[in-house]
Amino acid sequence: MTARTVPGRPAPDQEQRADVPLLEVENLKTYYPLRLGLTQRVTGARRVWVHAVDGVSFSLARGEMLALVGESGCGKTSTAQTILRMVDPTAGTVRLNGTDITGLSQQQMRPLRRKLQMIYQDPYESLDPRFRVQAAVEEPMLVHGIGESRAARRDLVVAALERAGLSPAEQYLGRFPHELSGGQRQRVTIAAALVLSPDLLLADEPVSMLDVSVRAGVLSLLDGLRRGGDLGILMITHDLSTAAHFADRIAVMYLGRIVEQGPAKSVVRNPQHPYTKALLSVVPKRDPRERFAPQILQGETPNPVDVPGGCRFQPRCPVAVDACLHEDPALRAIAGTAPGHQAACILA
Amino acid sequence: MSLLEVHDLHVWFDLPQGPPVHAAAGVSFDLGAGERFGLVGESGCGKTTTILALMGLLPPNASLAGEVLVDGHNILAGGEDSVRGHRWKDLAMVFQGAMNAMNPVKKIGWQIAEPMAFHGVAQGAAARRRAGELLELVGIPAAAAERYPHELSGGMRQRASIAMALACQPKILLADEPTTALDVMVQAQILELLTGLSDNLGLALVLVTHDLPVVAQVCDRAAVMYAGEIVEAGPVEELYHAPSHPYTRLLFAATPDLYGEEEVVSIPGAPPRLDREITGCPFRPRCDSYFDPCAQDHPVLTLVAPGHRAACHLTGLPAGERAALEGSRPLGGGSADPGQSPDLVAGDAP
Amino acid sequence: MTTLPAGEDLALAEGEAPRLQRGGFFLRVLRERKSAVVGLGIIIFFIVLSLVAPYISPYSATQQTCRVYAPPSSRHWLGCDDGGIDMVSLLMQGGRISLVVGFAATFVAMVIGGGVGLLSGYFGRWVDASLMRVTDYLLVIPDLVFMTVIAAVWGASLLHVILVIGILEWTSTARIIRAQVMSLRERVYVKRARALGAGNARIIWRHIMPQVGPLIIANTVLTIAIAIYLETALAFLGLEDPTVTTWGTILEHAFQRTAISYGAWWAIVPDGFMIAGLIVGCFLFGQAVEDALNPRLKVANLSVRRWRLRPLVGRGSDAI
Repeated sequence: MTARTVPGRPAPDQEQRADVPLLEVENLKTYYPLRLGLTQRVTGARRVWVHAVDGVSFSLARGEMLALVGESGCGKTSTAQTILRMVDPTAGTVRLNGTDITGLSQQQMRPLRRKLQMIYQDPYESLDPRFRVQAAVEEPMLVHGIGESRAARRDLVVAALERAGLSPAEQYLGRFPHELSGGQRQRVTIAAALVLSPDLLLADEPVSMLDVSVRAGVLSLLDGLRRGGDLGILMITHDLSTAAHFADRIAVMYLGRIVEQGPAKSVVRNPQHPYTKALLSVVPKRDPRERFAPQILQGETPNPVDVPGGCRFQPRCPVAVDACLHEDPALRAIAGTAPGHQAACILA
Repeated sequence: MSLLEVHDLHVWFDLPQGPPVHAAAGVSFDLGAGERFGLVGESGCGKTTTILALMGLLPPNASLAGEVLVDGHNILAGGEDSVRGHRWKDLAMVFQGAMNAMNPVKKIGWQIAEPMAFHGVAQGAAARRRAGELLELVGIPAAAAERYPHELSGGMRQRASIAMALACQPKILLADEPTTALDVMVQAQILELLTGLSDNLGLALVLVTHDLPVVAQVCDRAAVMYAGEIVEAGPVEELYHAPSHPYTRLLFAATPDLYGEEEVVSIPGAPPRLDREITGCPFRPRCDSYFDPCAQDHPVLTLVAPGHRAACHLTGLPAGERAALEGSRPLGGGSADPGQSPDLVAGDAP
Repeated sequence: MTTLPAGEDLALAEGEAPRLQRGGFFLRVLRERKSAVVGLGIIIFFIVLSLVAPYISPYSATQQTCRVYAPPSSRHWLGCDDGGIDMVSLLMQGGRISLVVGFAATFVAMVIGGGVGLLSGYFGRWVDASLMRVTDYLLVIPDLVFMTVIAAVWGASLLHVILVIGILEWTSTARIIRAQVMSLRERVYVKRARALGAGNARIIWRHIMPQVGPLIIANTVLTIAIAIYLETALAFLGLEDPTVTTWGTILEHAFQRTAISYGAWWAIVPDGFMIAGLIVGCFLFGQAVEDALNPRLKVANLSVRRWRLRPLVGRGSDAI
């Protein structure tokens, strides 16, 4: 595995089919088993499953940023973990550049991991404290056998750091993570992800642990990266304002399903699903004069173990009707909204 | 006379090596009954240190100066001994990350009732009954008093923390990032609860957070802190619509709004080190509007409008000059060392 | 022990970095804790003493050079033992062997314990379950009984002592390393490395081992103390080769040959001090390193000292 690559130019074995979406997820399900204790095993209790991801479908094109939005327990992180194949899916398919990666073993996944990179939430934990910046950004190359000499690898590291906005890169090479600020650390992890010229970047809450004054810089960096290259970004966030500003499309998740998805502006200004409407209404606005009456839902998101029959949002829905107890709505296009805007509600 | 008055509060922390860190420098503000006051700033600005100082909960390597007047009495005058009587009885605190603030091996009800005996509010069965009432007040069934912290969800734990803080009927509630780790829906519930308590019980609230929109929605007045100092304070409406300090303006500009179309910009650079003497304005290296006096003269909080103060030299200029200077410099271009990239860590090079 | 301010991000704001000394972890421990310096000093003293013993030993450690149980004098500072051998020389020679036994036994324990802990903690599940069962079985075997049996079956020798101590002592190390590795395995940068496609060997070697290193060192030092102690005990009970001179056999000889009725305290007490001294040194250093590795031990709120009030000089902008 000594393929040589130059950042920005695709590897020779990569297929360039512009018509195939970068990422296709179809009816993805990931269930985690709850471990049975000894007494439960003895009494023969049925195994209980956590329906973390319960039928998620979406696609992502090159140069696009899709934001997966939702509260904790909605399954957005599990979706990302499944796409990354760090967790095995229970059902459904994941296709990367047309290749079905759902059933591949970890061995088979290894070469594909070059095209699929993840940025984690915690900038203070993402980097090994004993690795200098150069070693941290070089590691992916060593794992995949890229770069034929130390000098060549160093050049690639410098190029990646510059691309991540750390300039002049030479000043950062010898630093340890504890000598960097949160924003700089996050940029180093982005550089480490970029050095392999990936196709898909999964960003799990990339800025939620950074200071407010620093977030925009990192988000703009991600935005610029996907506009510039053939990179697609799947961003996971709980912050609707960030999603509205930087993403092309938003998918709102609740209890393991996407309840609404569509162009960002359309979803935010013209929400169709009651959950989306409630969520948007409680997001605090910057302007103190804009104090709308928030639609605060009672209680908290239920456990994905006991998924109610019928519409899963029905117990907390402010506008639920009888039919909602029986029917489990699927995502469908809603008349009068922008193209591509779908919601899973019988009342929309 | 206000319920709470803080005059010139300074906090220093001694470190194992080097000079002490001046974490809070000359913090002054006041609070009336039933008022909701926001203390805003990013990490390291000194906001948490300030409210810990009010409660007297600083670590042993801290030293304090200044006055904290509750109903006219200086509660810090005698050190720990004078604060203890007021702690929880007049001023109570809700900590960041409720799980960390609770004893994992004691039931919730016991923890709420614990301070009641010390302050002579209630004892034994009466205390337990009162704990149940407090839980109902914050929106949790009273039966939760028999549960342990780990059995509650994040939102319920935060509510329980608030119930604990209310145990001795304080007049002032200090909330340190009460909703930071919570989902937006739960955050809305907690903020609604705090607002309700302030309206119905006449509780004065100091809300410490880095989340500007939360302060904009909940608080009447706010103070923005930077590098241990208050750089601007006033009604939240004016802070948003007519900010006087560039940091306030830039901070709002760096916060994305749900429906806003304006570009979101970050502020390059870093806050200054607090273990060194700062010459001139601490914000100058990152400012986009600095001019001559900023490098040498430390700006003082001055009145710019009724109830609105800012510590910036621009406030002393006539409107025309001021408008010309605002935003005139490139962001982060004011680094003392022109050869340094604005994103560089301030301090020793490796 | 001072702590960083309550909002520990005070120095971690965008752009600030805590001043971690570049010299590394161990230098920091030595700098911050005097006990570590004292402990390390004692250990180094004993090591050096053992190394130079043959050269500075005043008399032979095997030949008789004075009367039996001669009391301390200007010529024999600690007197002589039952065979008329100078105590000082005997102690130095004994120290050499004792240290060798201690280090060798510890090495065996660390290799086995470290390996088991690493594999158990990293791979988890059935590997962990099976290895931990083995550990549990060995944990409950009583040391002295086991050694007695070995001595009875295979004879008493130094090698057997080393092996027994090694086999018995690796279990606690394994548990400690396992706990640390399990927590490291969940760190974000390890998960990142795995998501990159890095193999287990690479992750263990480059990410886990360096972090576990200090803990292994701390544990090693503490295990040395235990090994020395066990060696003494086993020798004292006569389960070790009596022809070899170790601190334990010195004690054993003294007791067997009625040093107490003679009143020859010099045949027992200095030896005891040597053993105790080394153990104390190991404990001081090992505990200091272990404490430094545990961030939660930095107690602030339970300290007797309190925050101090300074008088305020000046007002407003003049205030300091």
